[in-house]
Amino acid sequence: MVESLAQMVVHGEAWTVKDLFVLPNEYVYWSIQIVLYPYMTGLVAGAFVLSSLYHVFGVEKLKEIARFALVFSFALLPVAMMPLMLHLQQPQRGINVMMTPHFTSAISAFGIVFMTYACIVGAEIWFVYRQFIVESIQRLENKADRGSIDSLLLLIYKLISLGARDLSEEALHADHKAVKFLAGLGIPVACFLHGYAGFIFGSVKANALWMTPLMPVIFICSAVVSGIALCIISYAVFMEIRKWAAKRNKNFLLPDRLVGTTDLSADHLRSVQTHEVKMTSKYLLIFMTLAITLELLDIIFRGYTAVKSWDILRDVIYEHDFTKIFIMQYGIGNVLPFLLLLIPGLTTRRACVACVLVLFGVFMMRWNVVIGGQAFSLSFAGFMHYHLPIIPHDMETFKEGLGGSLLVLSAPFIIFYFINMIFPAFLEDKSH
Amino acid sequence: MKRRDFLKNSLVFISGAGVSMSALEWLDPKAVLASRPEVRWAFLVDTHKCVGCGFCVKACKIENDIPLQANVTRTWVERYVIKKDGDVVMDSPKGALNGFTSNKIDQNKSGMLEVADEEIAQAFFVPKLCNQCENPPCVQVCPVGATYQAADGVVLVDRKWCIGCGYCIMGCPYGVRFFHPKEKVAEKCNFCYHRITQGKKTACVQACPFSARKIGNLRDPKDPVAQVILNQRVGVLRDEYGTKPHVFYIGLNKEVR
Repeated sequence: MVESLAQMVVHGEAWTVKDLFVLPNEYVYWSIQIVLYPYMTGLVAGAFVLSSLYHVFGVEKLKEIARFALVFSFALLPVAMMPLMLHLQQPQRGINVMMTPHFTSAISAFGIVFMTYACIVGAEIWFVYRQFIVESIQRLENKADRGSIDSLLLLIYKLISLGARDLSEEALHADHKAVKFLAGLGIPVACFLHGYAGFIFGSVKANALWMTPLMPVIFICSAVVSGIALCIISYAVFMEIRKWAAKRNKNFLLPDRLVGTTDLSADHLRSVQTHEVKMTSKYLLIFMTLAITLELLDIIFRGYTAVKSWDILRDVIYEHDFTKIFIMQYGIGNVLPFLLLLIPGLTTRRACVACVLVLFGVFMMRWNVVIGGQAFSLSFAGFMHYHLPIIPHDMETFKEGLGGSLLVLSAPFIIFYFINMIFPAFLEDKSH
Repeated sequence: MKRRDFLKNSLVFISGAGVSMSALEWLDPKAVLASRPEVRWAFLVDTHKCVGCGFCVKACKIENDIPLQANVTRTWVERYVIKKDGDVVMDSPKGALNGFTSNKIDQNKSGMLEVADEEIAQAFFVPKLCNQCENPPCVQVCPVGATYQAADGVVLVDRKWCIGCGYCIMGCPYGVRFFHPKEKVAEKCNFCYHRITQGKKTACVQACPFSARKIGNLRDPKDPVAQVILNQRVGVLRDEYGTKPHVFYIGLNKEVR
């Protein structure tokens, strides 16, 4: 009896409410995890682009945040894959995408693009930190009383140094050149990684809301916006923790003591923090303008051309999802932070509030695309309402519910905490 | 011959040969045979004959091991009621598994809609199933090649290789795909491939008491289904998507979506 009951609930039924005429097999199949997938890849790409602004174009003003953004991008990287794995009905077969990629499918490129990108980010970090790695080995080897953590770190550094311990002037110069090259190569790859996430949606001809060639470009712009915003907030928050610790002469939570950079003063940190946040906010404004323009162009164009699907799209955009699109996404997520950033005398706190709103706005944009695209039936005569499962009652409602999404959202910070112990993101360095 | 001359001549020869060779086409014998196979399955639905009994849906679910009570189905029947004021209402309760037993139209969350007999201009039933498209978007978007098209036109799913990403479900403009409640992989109508390849009719064709459903071979000029499709006026669903569907309808209304 239990088994037969379980068979009756099909995938998607737990969170879909149908209204009017919806075809029997239609459900919201792509739920919260597929909202998070472009959101997380967007953050990866955005954080990387921010770090490249310094490394490639030599935007000196972004020097301090660039290194943080790079490490944070690396921490976000494995998380971009998590939502996909949590969403697959057969996650143990996920590797099949690499084994028999079917190249007419947009998703099949995921493995290749993702691995290429991971290699570039990994290599760039290695070159940026090579000097630090070698110095750490020397420092730890010379340390008389090595604790277990020190020994572990030494082992890790020895492994990742790959035996390249040359610290001569030419070697460091070569490092620098390699960083510049990789950062430059990384920008198109990051844009491709995310643009193709947009292509996955934009190329679905069966879905009237998704099908637009603008989709990849819109995705890239909003990705850069969200990546920069997250970097600003995280940077400010981590700097706040460091200030707090510096005032009390403490250093827990952060690995600075482990790696030996203890030259900290609260005032110095504050000035660095304010400067970086202000400068980064300017770039945020530029990309925001671009993203909003494209999104509005898309809506205006659909309304103006008014093809067959416009009747149902109008209902979804202006009635069913009005609050989510115009109030939450454009109002709270775009216009409000835009004004907050434009008002003169920007403080770190105000920038952070604006960035939180921007992150929320980009999340709502992903939501409105992914869930909104499934809010109407292929029959164009019915609607589907999505209800995010909050309290899970089985694996599926956990994975594709609040629990699973919080797991994905918290993962990058946990990963960053550990990566930061090996590659300190706040290391102040003169060479790069 | 000097080395320079040898290289020069070789280059000229290779480029000259390359241009003329490019006019030739390498033919794969398998591809040639598959391009015009002896069988191309097609389906013919006569909407005038359908009474919405739902026998086809039940037969399909039993034949293909889809739990009867699960709210997904490989084939279903839609009811269209066109009112005199031009309004169109539609429903397909449980895919018409139990037929249409009530005059009320199931509007899901909006409840049951009652339409008075005198308001109705026309009403009819439309069976739906996989269109076995010539240009199937589901095959195009499958990232692992787990869904593929056989030479006879039928689109199949490899249950052992499907990763369950749902991209094919999103890509199908006809909404025929779903996740199998037990197998947890993409599932769809395959014209009862295990039956038709053995010379039998599909379960739904066999179950239809009024011969509203027929299956045939387009390549066989004597096949009654092929003759109807060639000689009569038939329609297909949503050809604007460029999928070239192979389920043909007699008496298709513009209201049918």
